[in-house]
This record gives sequence, structure tokens and C-alpha cells, in this order.
Amino acid sequence: MSTTQAVEESDETLALQQGRPPLNVVYEWLTTVDHKKIGLMYIAYALVFLLVAGVEALLMRIQLAIPNNHFVSPQVFNQLFTMHGTTMIFFVGMPILFGFGNYLVPLMIGARDMAFPRLNAFSFWISAFAGILLYFSYVGASGLYAAGSAPDVGWFAYAPLTARVFSPGHSTDYWTLAIFLSGIGSIGTALNIVTTIVSMRCKSMKMSRMPLLVWLYLVMAALVFVAVSPLTAAQIMLTLDRYLGAHFFDTQAGGSAVLWMHFFWIFGHPEVYVLVLPAFAFVNEIVPVFSRKAIFGYPAMVAASVGIGFISLSVWAHHMFTVGMDAAANTFFVFATMVISVPTGIKIFNWLATIWGGKVIFATPMIFCVGFLFQFLIAGLTGIMLSAAPFDWQLGNSYFVVAHFHYVLVGGILFALFAAFYYWYPKITGRMMSEKLGKWHFWLFLIGFHLTFDFMHVPGLLGMPRRIYTYEAGRGWGALNFLVGVGAIFQAAGLLCFLYNMIRSYYHGKEASHDPWDAWTLEWSTTSPPPDYNFATVPTVNSRRPLWDLKHPEDPDSDYE
Amino acid sequence: MRDANAIPIESIDGPVETPWTLPYRGTVGMACLILAEAAIFVIFVVAYIFYLGKSVSGPTPREVLELPIFGTICLLSSSITVHFAVSALRQGKLRNCSLHLAGTVLLGLIFLITTAQEWYHLIHDEGLTIQTNLFGSTYYSLVGLHATHVVVGLLMLSLVLGFSLFGLVKEEHSEKLEVLSLYWHFVDGVWVVVFLVVYVLGR
Repeated sequence: MSTTQAVEESDETLALQQGRPPLNVVYEWLTTVDHKKIGLMYIAYALVFLLVAGVEALLMRIQLAIPNNHFVSPQVFNQLFTMHGTTMIFFVGMPILFGFGNYLVPLMIGARDMAFPRLNAFSFWISAFAGILLYFSYVGASGLYAAGSAPDVGWFAYAPLTARVFSPGHSTDYWTLAIFLSGIGSIGTALNIVTTIVSMRCKSMKMSRMPLLVWLYLVMAALVFVAVSPLTAAQIMLTLDRYLGAHFFDTQAGGSAVLWMHFFWIFGHPEVYVLVLPAFAFVNEIVPVFSRKAIFGYPAMVAASVGIGFISLSVWAHHMFTVGMDAAANTFFVFATMVISVPTGIKIFNWLATIWGGKVIFATPMIFCVGFLFQFLIAGLTGIMLSAAPFDWQLGNSYFVVAHFHYVLVGGILFALFAAFYYWYPKITGRMMSEKLGKWHFWLFLIGFHLTFDFMHVPGLLGMPRRIYTYEAGRGWGALNFLVGVGAIFQAAGLLCFLYNMIRSYYHGKEASHDPWDAWTLEWSTTSPPPDYNFATVPTVNSRRPLWDLKHPEDPDSDYE
Repeated sequence: MRDANAIPIESIDGPVETPWTLPYRGTVGMACLILAEAAIFVIFVVAYIFYLGKSVSGPTPREVLELPIFGTICLLSSSITVHFAVSALRQGKLRNCSLHLAGTVLLGLIFLITTAQEWYHLIHDEGLTIQTNLFGSTYYSLVGLHATHVVVGLLMLSLVLGFSLFGLVKEEHSEKLEVLSLYWHFVDGVWVVVFLVVYVLGR
């Protein structure tokens, strides 16, 4: 199971790594089909876009910090919230989660690569191209009509604003094409993940023995097929409207703007679960290791994940309560949305039960997971509030909604992602990240997060709509928005702390062993960083925690499963 | 990896050397692609049904569409020929395989020609384009999306046919040809839905 000394000594690929000219290294990364390198490129590319979209958020918060501000113009503000949303979802969230999936899934199932390595490289590069295309709009989008540069139609680009008449120039086309291409990349990677999990598992790793991370990535990738494809279809229709004069979303010719909303949210809501399932996956792996206990209720966790996958396909129109659907539709979507909190609640209780009675080690990955548990719970509770249609009629399109989904995306997903970075960094680089800087990162980000997003709920309740570029003094929103802006600065400081920690630890971090956290899944059985071929001998497993069995032959898990 | 302590578990799990076979990755990958493509087609079909009768001007489907019976028969028969091609290859009858592949490509081409004739008639004689009304927009995009898939399938089938004529397709490739045949069956299945929605229900 573990890489033996003898194999390491006879491994010629290790010697080849030493002292190569930089051009060779660049060439190798550009042409690689190795799942680990592609995973790292996904992550690096997502981090670059995280910085870009983070700066866009900061600019918006500066603009809104005081009433009647003129820091940016209304046009620029529209571009900022459009680019911030689009970038964060499609070019930060998706690629960073695919990156971790690419890196971890083959290692965890004892495979030497993904099922389709070249498709993997294609998917990454087409997604990377899509991101560059979106930002190229700042340069190339003025087009013949010289109207605007970056897309400014909002991240859900409601019709008929996207029609040629209302959005002349090419900015909307850049948006459409970028989403379309990133969709192709996402489907390619999802296809690869599913096939890898189904067809590449090592000997004796039955479905019931897969790590929960692998299960959640399976559900997430399956969701991508049915969630991202409708968006791709809708982008084809929008392009036909804009370029060939079709009438899909042209209200003048009998087309329906509401149909676009349906198509977009059929993608949009499952997308939230596409993003949050990998976050659950990280927490599933980290919480047991730092509680020194096996995960509580493995079958229930699997069932809940699959359940979330199915139910998430039937909740989309809760984004559309304010459109004016009939009572039956409203009732259905209220009910479906409330039902989805049941499997999510099962997960929360199982994590708590895993921690309960464990010898909890509060290392940086674990404290981020604890933050995740609290914040995801609150995000879920405001979600249940908004799922009640009458409540949503009052607060739809307000800052309450913005605060709610940022609680999910930042308080939930981003915290779990930070935990994943601290947890797997030693495996990826062979060095530990600094715990001291990690704690600084955690507390700065936690304070910043709560300053920003706790206080953001209140202007929403007081009637502040989202996407306005400024507001009058005397509305009672000023002080709250100022606090929200101050929180953003704390978060930026925390994020810089994190980036500095990553770079510094790469050169000066404590050297990590194969298995620095005393964990139980297969990725910790190989060297840090893993060799190109992952495992010298392909492993065989007898339980869900193969390394536990190896370390405790007197009391193996396989006796109990 | 196993030591003496693991013996009791073996008696539960059965012998260690149980064969460990997993599904062929090509089949799984194609199944995933078909699922994703099906979702795309569902959206186009939903748009077509949603906009039935909502066009503000003519022509209407009833006025201009005719049942493409001949093309449909050709396309559906090509599913049978591709199936025969796969089973011939599995039995090592290479000549038979090439013959059935050629039949599949031919039948697919005939289907494309009937579609082209239909479109020519609609554009030239009836004046229906993608810009005319909602019917035109939804009809050309749905049928066009399907035709695009037929073209892609035909390109791949022709490639395989070319290889087989040079004797490069062997018995051991039958699993791969089966993956391609899955795609072709899917394209035919989609046509059944399109036929029912556009030509039967929609008129």
C-alpha cells in the first residue's frame, strides 16, 4: 500500500525533476495531462480570479460605504456587480472545486490518473480560455457601437435586457460566450470525475467503501450534467437571438422573459449545490480526522447527499416568487425548498455527532470547519425564511437576499475551502502551512465575515434593494453600509495573510511527512508530494479507512463494516 | 497487505482473489455525455412546446410542416445497421462490419438530405426563417441542433468506416465501436422525441 523505499530509489522520474531549465518546466505544465498538475492549475487560476473578483467587491463596498458617493459611476457599478458575480461563480467557485476534485479523487480511490487525461486537460484549458475571454471584454467589447466595455447585465442576465436593442455592443456576447465555454469545460470535467469514480477504483474499493469526499464529488458531477447543460442551451438561444434574429426572449414577438428566468434558475439553484457539495466533502474528511473518530452515520451521509442532489432539481422557482406565479406553483416550490433542509440538517447533526465525545484537535483546518458549521447553519436558517413565499415577496431582491447567499458562499463554502487548503497543503507541497499565520487568517477573516454579512441583513430588512449604486442620506442605511465596508477590509487582510502563508510555507514551512495529520484515506499513504504515478503498487482496501487498518492491525475497521 | 489478523474478514468477504471488474470507462463516459446532451435537448423541446401557438404572425406549423416519413425510416434503420456492425465486429467478421458501417453512413446521409430539402422548401417556398416568428426560431434551433448531432455522428462513423476499409478496425476495437453506436442510438432516440413533438403533437 505505501510507497516502498526500494521503489523510490529506483524511480527515475524523481531524478528528472532536478535542475531543469525553466522553459522545460513551463512546457511541461502547459502540455501536462497529469491530474495533479491540472488540479493545481485549476486552483491557481481560480485564486487569481478570486483576487480580481475580490477587488471588484472592495470597489463596490467603497462606493456604498457612505451615502451619495461618487467613487465609481453607475455604469461602472453595474459592470462591477456583473463581473463580480459571474467571476465568483464560474471562474472561482467551479474551477477551485474541480481543482480539488481533480487532485484528490484519483488519490483517494487508489487510481493513477483520471479516466480521460487528455479530456481533462482540454476541459481545464477551455475553462481558462473562457475566463480570459470574459475579461478581454474590458478591452475588446466596445465593438461597432462603442457602447460600454465589460458586461453589465447582472450575473443572471435577465431578458429582455440582454436583447440587442437594450444591450448594444459586444459586452453581452463576451458574457454569453464565456459562460458557454466554461459550461463545456465543466461538463467535460464532471464527465471525467464520474467515469473515474465508476471505472477506476482500486481493488476491493466497493461503492460502500469510498471516502465520503468521493461520494459527494460523484453527486456533484452528476448534478453538473443536469444543471449546467440547461444554461448552455439557454446561452445558445440567447446567441441565436442576438446574432441571427431569433425571438426566444424577444417580448415584442411574443417571446417570454420569464422563460429565461426559468432556464437560468434551473441551472442557478442546483449550481448552489454543485458548489456546496464539495464543501461538505472537505468537512466530511477533515472533521473526523481532527475529532479522532470515524465519521458518524456514513450511510445516512451518503443518502442525504444523493437526496440533496435530487431535491435540488425541484426548487429553482423559489428565485421567482416575486414574478407572480400561480398559487399552486408557489406552494410547490415553497414545499420543495423547505424539504431540502431535511437532508442538510441530517448532515449538520452527523458532523456534530462526529465531534461529540472526540479528542478534538483545534488545528487550523478544524477551526475553519467549526466556523463552517456555525455559519452554514445560519445561512440555512435565513434560507428557510426566504423559502416562505410571503416573506420573499417582502424581501426579494433586497440586501437580505444578498446577505443570505453570501453567508452560504463565503461563510459556508469559502470557510470549508480554506480548511481544505490547510489540510491538503502538506500533501500537495510536502510542507506544512504555518499554524500561527493560519490562526491570524482565521480570526481576521471571521471578524471581517461577520462584520460584513451579519450587518448586511439589516439594510435589507430596512428596504435597501440590491444593485443600487448609491442611496440618499437619512434612510438609516449609512452606518450599516459603512460597517459592511469595514468588514470587507478585514476579509481582504485575512485573505492576504492566507496567500502570504501559502507562499512562505512553500519555501520555509516545516517539512511534512507522508501523513502529517495521522489520517485514514489513501492519499496519505503515498509520498508528499505524490509521485507522477501516485502509487508504486496499486493499493487494495478492506474498509473505509484503509490507513487505520494498516496502523491498527489489532483492531481493523473491516471487523465492523 | 493482508496479515493473519485479516483472516476472519476474508471469511465474510469471500476469498481475496475475487475478480475485480469495473464498467468500461468509454461506456460510462458516453452515458454521462448522453445525460448532459439530453438535458440540453430537454430545454429546447420545452421551449418548442412552450411557444406552440404563441407566434404573433404566420406561418404556423399546421400550414407548412409535412411528416418526414422517409427520412425518419432511414434514420431509425441506421440504428439497426450500426447495431449489426458492432455485433459483426465482436464476432470478428470484419467485412460484414464495414458493410454495415457503410449502410449506416448512407442512411444517415439520406436523412440529412431530406432535412436539407425540407429546410429549402420552408425557406424558399414558404418564407419561414429563424427570424420570421417564434415557430421559426424554435423549429430551426431544435431540428438544427439535432441535425448538428447527426453531422457529428456521421463524421465519426465515416472515420471508423475509413479505418475499417484500410483494415485497421479489429475485433479488439468492438468495445470502442459500441461506445460510438451508443451515441448514434441516442441521436436516433432524440429524433423520435423531435418527431413526436414537432410533427405529430405540434401540428
